Amino acid sequence: MIRPGAMLWFARHESRLAWRDWLSMMTAGKPERVRRVAVGFAGFVILMHGVAYAVVGRFAAAPLDKHLLIGITATLLLSWFLMVSQAMESMTRAFYSRSDLDLILASPVVTYKIFAVRISTVALTAAAMALPLAAPFVDMLAVRGGTRWLGAYGVIIGMGAAATALAVALTVALFCIIGAKRTRLVAQIVAAVIGAAFVIGLQMAAILSYGTISRADMLQSAVVLAHTPNVGSIFWWPARAVVGNGMALLGVLATSFLLLAVVIAVVSPRFGDYLLAAAAVRGGQRSRARRLFAFRAASPRGALRRKEWMLLWRDPWLVSQTLMQMLYLVPPAVLLWRGFAAGGGAFNLLVPVLVMAAGQLAGGLAWLTISGEDAPDLIATVPIRQRFILRAKIEAVFAIIALVFAPLVATLAFISPWHALVAAGGIAVAAASATAIQLWFRSQAKRSQFRRRQISSRVATFAEAFSSIGWAATAAVAAMNFWLAVPPALLALAVLGGARFLSPHTPAVAC
Amino acid sequence: MLQSISTPTAQPPLALQIRGLVKRFDRPAVDHLDLAVRVGEFYALVGPNGAGKTTTLRVIVGLLRPDAGAIHVKGIDALADPVEAKRLMAWISDEPMIYDKLTPREYLEFVAGLWQIKPALAAANAEELLDWLGLSAHADERCESFSRGMRQKVALAGALVHDPRVIILDEPLTGLDAGSARQVKNVLRERVNAGGTVIMTTHILEVAERMADRIGVIAHGRLVAEGTLEELRRLAGTGAPNRNNGTDGADSGASLEDTFLALTAEPAEAA
Repeated sequence: MIRPGAMLWFARHESRLAWRDWLSMMTAGKPERVRRVAVGFAGFVILMHGVAYAVVGRFAAAPLDKHLLIGITATLLLSWFLMVSQAMESMTRAFYSRSDLDLILASPVVTYKIFAVRISTVALTAAAMALPLAAPFVDMLAVRGGTRWLGAYGVIIGMGAAATALAVALTVALFCIIGAKRTRLVAQIVAAVIGAAFVIGLQMAAILSYGTISRADMLQSAVVLAHTPNVGSIFWWPARAVVGNGMALLGVLATSFLLLAVVIAVVSPRFGDYLLAAAAVRGGQRSRARRLFAFRAASPRGALRRKEWMLLWRDPWLVSQTLMQMLYLVPPAVLLWRGFAAGGGAFNLLVPVLVMAAGQLAGGLAWLTISGEDAPDLIATVPIRQRFILRAKIEAVFAIIALVFAPLVATLAFISPWHALVAAGGIAVAAASATAIQLWFRSQAKRSQFRRRQISSRVATFAEAFSSIGWAATAAVAAMNFWLAVPPALLALAVLGGARFLSPHTPAVAC
Repeated sequence: MLQSISTPTAQPPLALQIRGLVKRFDRPAVDHLDLAVRVGEFYALVGPNGAGKTTTLRVIVGLLRPDAGAIHVKGIDALADPVEAKRLMAWISDEPMIYDKLTPREYLEFVAGLWQIKPALAAANAEELLDWLGLSAHADERCESFSRGMRQKVALAGALVHDPRVIILDEPLTGLDAGSARQVKNVLRERVNAGGTVIMTTHILEVAERMADRIGVIAHGRLVAEGTLEELRRLAGTGAPNRNNGTDGADSGASLEDTFLALTAEPAEAA
């Protein structure tokens, strides 16, 4: 029997909550779906194993040279940066969302124990989220190249621990340096930037050095081969651990868990103080000085559009989520900038990136404006036709898309009017499709549920993703040959038709 | 069957008229409800949990579509012309829904824009309401840090900023402290004195007792009794005996609570 208040007792409590939360997320809160979700999950795992079998073939038996070490290290770094980002966001939420913290802080238990458990849970979650994606590739590498590849599992767990250690240290450092009030926003932005930094950094380097957006070309270039440490260096330990070097694996695990232990030992006793400081932050920022405020004339649609923009702009969390998507536009922008000097066919790669980004951004924004309405009763009782309300919300989304993408398309037009035309058309269609899907599947939710919007309808989530991919493919082909783009366009339309067919016939929200 | 005592005085026009309203979910929530509220009246709808009070109000303001029946707001058919009906109404739910990232002043500007109120008039209304409701000091702070009571007051200010002729409120005093509740009651009374009409549900029977000109008692989706407090006492006295003290509900000292319990008692209980 575990003694109440002990570390294990808290661990059991946390794991029970985490399990139920995950289950609820996977089943959209409907327990009868467990079997269906399990079957779907198993199907996904089998499918991914099939994909992995085809992909990993040439790596499985590759000699342990610098090329392989660079490839593995880059993959690990990419995953690790994403883990750091995710762990940092989890820590920020732990600081600022109260949930059961009032109960814990008001109880007579030694609070550092639960905070130590919570930090450990973040580490476990970071690793657990990477495992389902990595497992098929690791398994297939083991099948085709030997069991030595199973060392990758140990590396993933170690990476989760190290990523969490860094995330906690960064968040607490921000807390101490810039204060509780600013940390909330800054930490979320830093998390978004870290998540995208590695990929973007590589792409930027590739563009600036080779004029291509391909990361592989950059990583296997002579410059990188010449400037990376020798094969025997400690720098390659994580990569060596992946391919089954026991000593390297031990070193990676020991270092990672030592880092995490130190961070837990230092931070846990002070965690309660940080929480109290965060709780003392009052969100009541003054927006405009009293004397400057004047009521402006606006039509109901104008008022609605302005409200949507204001709410988006003022939500740091949403800004950071949006920023994440915007960051991926930086490499295409640099490619564009270089294109002024170099010209050439690199724009065939740029067009689908823009179209894909537009679809994804529009989907998120459309969910926020159409489904994420915090005052649904007010909006439903407004004395204008409901279709005008929806129109205003859609206009708010399209205006942001136009604002973001117009400068890029305009610049592209100077270099290649045809590519600009295709990109503009693709952006408009991808954004309209994503918005239409959100409209068909709209259901009342709070804006704070943005992160979990996929739960409400997985059909909508997949339809949105496949529609964006379809239109990106269409644009990519159209950039080279207009008529060849007809088949992918038909496929994208089929995705939309399927989504419309599967959508609820009666909207679940009054507006 | 509705029990009521007609009032012999000259009647002002109707602000709200409901006939044969039906709304079913798993079971009938509102069951052939008839209701009439006159201009300048403060009307309280009381009833046990699940009686159909909130559903009735949500149907009136257009948040639910009825299965049958007719609703007229100041003579406008609210089902045929919901936009015109909504122009005259304001709705406040028991759960204040406002935007965390807007300040009260910005929220009022937004609502005024939706109802197309001229900026100068909206600004003047807003200042008056913020002052009345004790929100002036917080008018430029974002609502995210507000207590429930403050949020409720912001929602109320939003409902009133476009000067509605019919104000419909669902449990408006829930979660308010005594001072805030007084402020809200004063604002509502002021509106009624100015010729507006207030229709509200409440669980706090003392509020209905003290503020309402007429009280409607609803049970199982039907209006079971209606009238002034005195009229209801008399009605209760003709019906079931007082369950609390065994005395007749018509006793002059009987509170609305006694009367309410007598009127809404299940037949088996009342027997």
